[in-house]
Amino acid sequence: MGEMEQMKKEAEALKTQIEAARKAVGDTDMASAASGVAPAPRVQLKTRRTLKGHLAKIYAMHWSTDNNLSSLSSIGVFRLMVSASQDGKLLIWDSHSGNKVNAVPLKSSWVMTCAYAPSGNLVASGGLDNMCTVYNLKTPVIKTVKELDAHTGYLSCARFLSDTEILTSSGDTTCALWDLETGKQKTVFLNHVGDCMCLSLSPDMNTFVSGACDSLAKLWDIRDGQCKQTFQGHTSDINAISFYPSANAIITGSDDCTCKMYDLRADQEVISYQDAALNSGVTSLALSMSGRLIFAGYDDFNCNIWDSLKGEKVGVLSGHDNRVSCTGVPEDGMCVCTGSWDSFLKIWN
Amino acid sequence: MSSKMQSSNNIAQARRTVQQLRIEANIERIKVSKASADLMHYCSEHAKYDPLLMGIPTSENPFKDKKPCTIL
Repeated sequence: MGEMEQMKKEAEALKTQIEAARKAVGDTDMASAASGVAPAPRVQLKTRRTLKGHLAKIYAMHWSTDNNLSSLSSIGVFRLMVSASQDGKLLIWDSHSGNKVNAVPLKSSWVMTCAYAPSGNLVASGGLDNMCTVYNLKTPVIKTVKELDAHTGYLSCARFLSDTEILTSSGDTTCALWDLETGKQKTVFLNHVGDCMCLSLSPDMNTFVSGACDSLAKLWDIRDGQCKQTFQGHTSDINAISFYPSANAIITGSDDCTCKMYDLRADQEVISYQDAALNSGVTSLALSMSGRLIFAGYDDFNCNIWDSLKGEKVGVLSGHDNRVSCTGVPEDGMCVCTGSWDSFLKIWN
Repeated sequence: MSSKMQSSNNIAQARRTVQQLRIEANIERIKVSKASADLMHYCSEHAKYDPLLMGIPTSENPFKDKKPCTIL
């Protein structure tokens, strides 16, 4: 038997082995296990702020962390967020007053992602220019500090680990960890066979998960660069992904109109969030502080709220006049922000 | 690309696929019932600290005014 034939046989045998191992521990599913849990209350959130200022579709937003609270507002502290639009700007907003604090003009207007560093000192953006550009917000005039240029496809997502390291995902099917001092890739994460669309860092920052157009989610070890686990089940591009706050599960959102929870220790899908009436793709998702609520943005202009344990829809955020492209819940869990192709951001609680 | 190079690329690719599958096959898995129980426990422990789940009293809501934002 040729080596190729041998490899194919071994690959098939390993796939069968993995399926059998998953089945062996698949003694129930999340919804059944949670049948005795009290339902989450009906969630009715109001729009508290509508942030107007972008002139074109908003593609991404990201909240600043608890490290970067400011005490300029009358109420004591307020929280900043960054948004990115194909009008060619990043805007930094004071979410409490709804005012714009900073505007960063972009070299390329085809932006797909933005990120706030945990320190609050830096923001990043990237898109069809295939680059991740990092800006310093704290210099007297906002400066570009690095242009990270090595991906051969669009930049779909970026997340800072610190002021010296950033993770990116790309349409070139790879993810990469960059050193911000040298501007070079430290580690390249190779295994997806479709455009990487999203990534989420684990709370302890030792691992991250990525979602791609190959309909797979993958768990990676940041330090050794290896793919440790692969999660199947979606039947189309995965556009959104997030770690559950407990760090033992992940939630994904896909063009197949469903969201799914995969448990990392059981190595399989444990619940799917779907509804026969819903036939729009999921663009974005964010979790409430306890993880109980999933806020998922859809192409149909709404953001649906799911009970993560029971799989039931418990609310909806309606108000945008176009696709919801991004969602985010800040670290203190006090609100949810939605951003849309209608050029507005809304803050709800 | 010569066909010899192409077939050795294919073999290298196949080897990588098998190598990756071996890593993924060899992990320890826990029962879904245990994983679910742990998730439910986490949610119930943290529910009381979840403002969007519990609701936010108006007096403590930093976003309580519905003033329209000012455009600078």
